[in-house]
Amino acid sequence: MIADNPWLDGLVRMGIIALAMPLAVIILTYVERKISGRMQQRLGPMRVGPYGLFQGLADTIKLLTKEDLRPQTADRWTFELAPFVVVVPVFLAFVTLPFTADLFVRNLGLGLFFIIAVSGVSIVGFVMAGWGSDNKYALLGGARAAAQLISYEIPLVLAVVAVAMIAYTPEAGRGSLNLVEIVDGQGRVPFIVWQPLAFFIFLVAGLAELYRQPFDIPVAESEVVGGPFIEYSGIRWSMFQMAEFVSMVLISVLAALLFLGGWNWPLGNGAGIALQIPLILVKTSFFILLFIWLRFSLPRLRIDQMMQFCWQVLLPFALLQIIINGWVLVYGWPDWTLGVSSGALTLVAGYLTYRAARQAAEEPVSPRLHRVGSVL
Amino acid sequence: MAIELEHYLILGALLFSIGLYMALAKRNFVGVLMGIEMMFNAVNLTFIAFSRFPRFADMTDAERLSGHVFVIFVITVAAAEAAVALALAMLVYRNRETIDVDRMDLLKW
Amino acid sequence: MSYEEVIFYFVAAVTVLGALGVVLTRNVVHSALFLILALLAVAGVFILLSAEFLAIVQILIYGGAVTILILFVMMLTRVRDMPQALDGPQRPFAALAAGAFLVLSVLAALSSDWPGETREITVVPFREMGEALFRDWAVPFEVASLVLLVALIGAIVLARGEEGE
Repeated sequence: MIADNPWLDGLVRMGIIALAMPLAVIILTYVERKISGRMQQRLGPMRVGPYGLFQGLADTIKLLTKEDLRPQTADRWTFELAPFVVVVPVFLAFVTLPFTADLFVRNLGLGLFFIIAVSGVSIVGFVMAGWGSDNKYALLGGARAAAQLISYEIPLVLAVVAVAMIAYTPEAGRGSLNLVEIVDGQGRVPFIVWQPLAFFIFLVAGLAELYRQPFDIPVAESEVVGGPFIEYSGIRWSMFQMAEFVSMVLISVLAALLFLGGWNWPLGNGAGIALQIPLILVKTSFFILLFIWLRFSLPRLRIDQMMQFCWQVLLPFALLQIIINGWVLVYGWPDWTLGVSSGALTLVAGYLTYRAARQAAEEPVSPRLHRVGSVL
Repeated sequence: MAIELEHYLILGALLFSIGLYMALAKRNFVGVLMGIEMMFNAVNLTFIAFSRFPRFADMTDAERLSGHVFVIFVITVAAAEAAVALALAMLVYRNRETIDVDRMDLLKW
Repeated sequence: MSYEEVIFYFVAAVTVLGALGVVLTRNVVHSALFLILALLAVAGVFILLSAEFLAIVQILIYGGAVTILILFVMMLTRVRDMPQALDGPQRPFAALAAGAFLVLSVLAALSSDWPGETREITVVPFREMGEALFRDWAVPFEVASLVLLVALIGAIVLARGEEGE
């Protein structure tokens, strides 16, 4: 408890998050540019400060002082409110995201469910931006964003459900949606061992929710030139950018908590906060670096491939994972059956994807783009 | 004065009447659908209000939860209805280039 | 006024104003956006009624799925190009029906003798909710999931159009 009044306490904690996140975004932009430079055999930003360390700061000042333009034909309120509708849900999700055993704003019983539900609201913002800009590329991007984000939310939720099913608490037995309880249940073995399939589904679907490469179909520069953000500039554009990076942090922390044992594994529950914070930081950074690495390694998917992968691979396998978890829990089979079955399914899913990709590479089929209404 | 059951019932009634007007008066297919969604939500609100203020003090928890379970069913059916209705709207638009319900009159003589 | 009253009146006002916005605005996309506002405010009312779980369900289904579907269809059908005659000739009848319903139900709500706070109510435990859903209401639940499946297939069949189009 930071302050005596619970309202004040919550506000102070939320304020800390609201201050820390833009800072993290500035650092992450710098890190991403540096890594991309390395991967493309350049130096990356070098001008501002030693090794370009202050580049992010300079960019922030530039973005904040840049003129905030609005197309004359744009729909005023929809256009101007869209960045807020994207940013606010992402920050709201942090209300219940625990960083360590007692470093959170509020510990909600349904925390995991809350995070998933609230972060889904930001899709509305993309559609608003796409429609409100009165620009055909923005509209295309908005429609693509709506299609992609809604589709990939389903495997994401199912993968999370699989983990919530096997989370174990001594008081209530199996099953929990409370993130603190879920982490406490993985003191010795993180859930990635029991649920590798759910982990991979979560990772891929999370990457798609972040609309980063190879899933950057809604904002693809070479197809829809920035998608919903095409008409934005200055502070409103930087809000979209911030939302993207903050949700990257959100997904990474969530992956660390759900699958890598958060602050718990491998040090156990007793480790002090001085050890817990570095632990969660390392795990989160691992996922963030993985996302950045993937961004500069994989080519962009085609929209029909993206949809097929979601509905024909991720979704059936996520359902299979849940069914198997149900069997194991109902019949009380030992824990290792979970890991073995899930691992085998992961291999099957990987092989199917690999075969499809090989087939596509050997005999390129012309994409069958059905005319979906008039926009896509 | 504390917030009582009446407050929630009146709020639900307001929402339902607005939805009813919307569903009856709009010419746009999607507008009608939005009115129906609003009516569903008004009903849900009333269900939960009744389950929060139970009629008899000796109702068990399971009986009280019936209201909540009903809300889940209503939301399920509402989602299914929305999906089918919107697919119908797309189909009608593709064939007739309009989603104005007053102009869907092929079967009218 | 207590905290509870302030929050209730605020959330109720947002709900009703959002709903009025849905009806009164001339632009269909704006009315869909107002619908999202109204439905999210309903989620707030659910929290006041200590139905946490349903509030989150409401946000998930209405904030992130159904309303997006509505917006999506509006984009695909280009409703913005439609003539702006939003209300049909049946408008007076609709107003009469809605008004009559409102008066009747408000009168009924006010004249009945409702029980007040009968006992201390805590947050509905969602484990019990799961028990109720999967034990007492298992068959309706299965039927509901069947309805969803049929609706899913039906929507795909309806919307996919002719082959080779």
